[in-house]
Amino acid sequence: MKILLMGNPNVGKSVIFSRLTGVNVIASNYPGTTVGYTKGFMKLGEEKVEVIDVPGAYTLKSTSEAEEVARQMLESGDIVINVVNATNLERNLFLTLQLLERNIPVIVALNMWDDTKHRGIDIELDKLRQLLGVPVIPTVATTGEGIKELVRSIPRAISPEMPVRNRDERWVAIGSIIEQVQRVTHRHHTWRERLADASVKPLSGGVIALIVLVSAFFIVRLIGESLIGYVIGPQFENFWAPVIMKLSSFLGGDGFLHHILIGKITGEEVNFVESFGLLTSGLYVPFAMVLPYIIAFYLMLGLLEDSGYLPRLAVLMDTVMHRLGLHGYAIIPTLLGLGCNVPAILATRILESNRERFIAATLISIAVPCAALQAMIFGLLGERGGQYVAIVYGTLFVVWVILGVILRYVARGFTPELLIEIPPYRLPQWRTVLQKLWMRVYGFLGEAIPIIFGAILVINLLDILGIFGAIANFTAPVVTGLLGLPKEAVVALVIGFLRKDVAVGMLAPLALTAKQLVVGSVVLAMSFPCIATFLVLLRELGMAGMLKTTGIMVVVALIVGGLLNAVF
Amino acid sequence: MSERVISLTWMQTGQSGTIIQIQGGIGLASRLTALGIRPGKRVTKVSSMFIRGPVIIEMDRTQLAIGFGMANRVIVKLEETRK
Repeated sequence: MKILLMGNPNVGKSVIFSRLTGVNVIASNYPGTTVGYTKGFMKLGEEKVEVIDVPGAYTLKSTSEAEEVARQMLESGDIVINVVNATNLERNLFLTLQLLERNIPVIVALNMWDDTKHRGIDIELDKLRQLLGVPVIPTVATTGEGIKELVRSIPRAISPEMPVRNRDERWVAIGSIIEQVQRVTHRHHTWRERLADASVKPLSGGVIALIVLVSAFFIVRLIGESLIGYVIGPQFENFWAPVIMKLSSFLGGDGFLHHILIGKITGEEVNFVESFGLLTSGLYVPFAMVLPYIIAFYLMLGLLEDSGYLPRLAVLMDTVMHRLGLHGYAIIPTLLGLGCNVPAILATRILESNRERFIAATLISIAVPCAALQAMIFGLLGERGGQYVAIVYGTLFVVWVILGVILRYVARGFTPELLIEIPPYRLPQWRTVLQKLWMRVYGFLGEAIPIIFGAILVINLLDILGIFGAIANFTAPVVTGLLGLPKEAVVALVIGFLRKDVAVGMLAPLALTAKQLVVGSVVLAMSFPCIATFLVLLRELGMAGMLKTTGIMVVVALIVGGLLNAVF
Repeated sequence: MSERVISLTWMQTGQSGTIIQIQGGIGLASRLTALGIRPGKRVTKVSSMFIRGPVIIEMDRTQLAIGFGMANRVIVKLEETRK
């Protein structure tokens, strides 16, 4: 049996989904469709049933790709749990009536039930059940209230007798239902509503955006640095370094295995960044340099996502983003890109047109550095002085703007206008924030660690076989002539295709000047995407789009790297 | 009392009115209607951004942001301003 969770966007379907399927969620993104969905399983009595979290839709008469997917999926379901936002019953009922007109059993979860009280909304449940002809269960997904009742009521889902109406008739019917079941008493504005208004006004909104983004940046740095300095770093220095030294002498301080596992050790100290063995840099780079920033960034992002601030930022940025051929909502994938480019490029699906998706994906993969890369830039370049880090970020930002303006004029197609619902502010729930953080950190560990190990293995094998020298000599004119880097730096640029964090790490033993490190970081950030990004670009943009993006990337990276080298 | 009929973009922040018409094609109307923006609904303008930026309205206690071009085609009959 297949249960579909359907409803308007942002009514809490995914929270109900995770409540229903519990910890045993098999979250899989299905490739091939334009907009992904998630499926999981739950126990219903003795039966194991499939639950699908369908993308949000306002109507079954698709006006967007997400709605098209929702409409198609409806064909394959056995029962629909229609999740309805109780604080906006009127608009939500449009989809509900469309579902009831179909020949499929429906049960309604009247979610955000707790909010109706604060907002002075009174809904007569029995009357609503009678008018709709299906079970209606009030729920509060974030606290779990009503979920048991919802599960118990699933077998009572039915497909009632409902006349098939056209759009206008349906709105008339909804008007009559609302008239009979809903009473609204006027409430004074709460501080949250005042803050909500202030954050979409041009002046106060700008000030709030600045405060939010600047404090987000400093909080991420504070958490990241603290984890490195006080929690994870000391573990490596105090406990792991002695183990490595013992192992090193056990292996005789040299030889093939020593090279691969421990790398280059000079004297009595282990340099975890520069030694480049599997057990030294292979563990230190992901766990002690990158992971702290991943945790810090995704914690902050989760809080911003759950508070409801991001759509407001999208509204504020809309005018600016139109100059880059995008609309305001593109700021959300862009922010995600500061964590990892892969989910960011997937998230460009929320943009309506192909042109927007191409521009957004290209800008993200070229000018938005991922958290792993940023962590390494902070780690290595930060030691030389904050101004150098600022130059890297400043350069990437300027490239983002200029390239966006160019693409706006060059890329074919059109950019539709912004049209979004702005959700009310909510206090993020720790449970959901931490759960999301764990999923993302787990995802990072699962995907990054094998590739980091692979990259380090490849580096050592190539080094032992002496292949690096050949590549370095071959590309010396570009790397040394144009970018002003030592010819060995090309290896880092090549490894950048596997993992950007390892690649920046490879610049460490080269004894670069601060300027060279700046050029190297910028070129690494902009040039060829890492393999994961490369694959997601291929999937989302197709072969032609991916080749275009990659071409732009290589050309722009060389131009900007050359300019930086020449100018400063 | 004279009734004033203007588009969302010309409303002042804080003014309220009732939508009487959505100009333009079926595509635009159905995108807006899907979000509940349709004739007969009472809206209050919350804000608008500079330089032909989006317009933010409140309708049924929900805020919506509408791009300038679209907002320009949503025609509203203003309510009499109360003191």
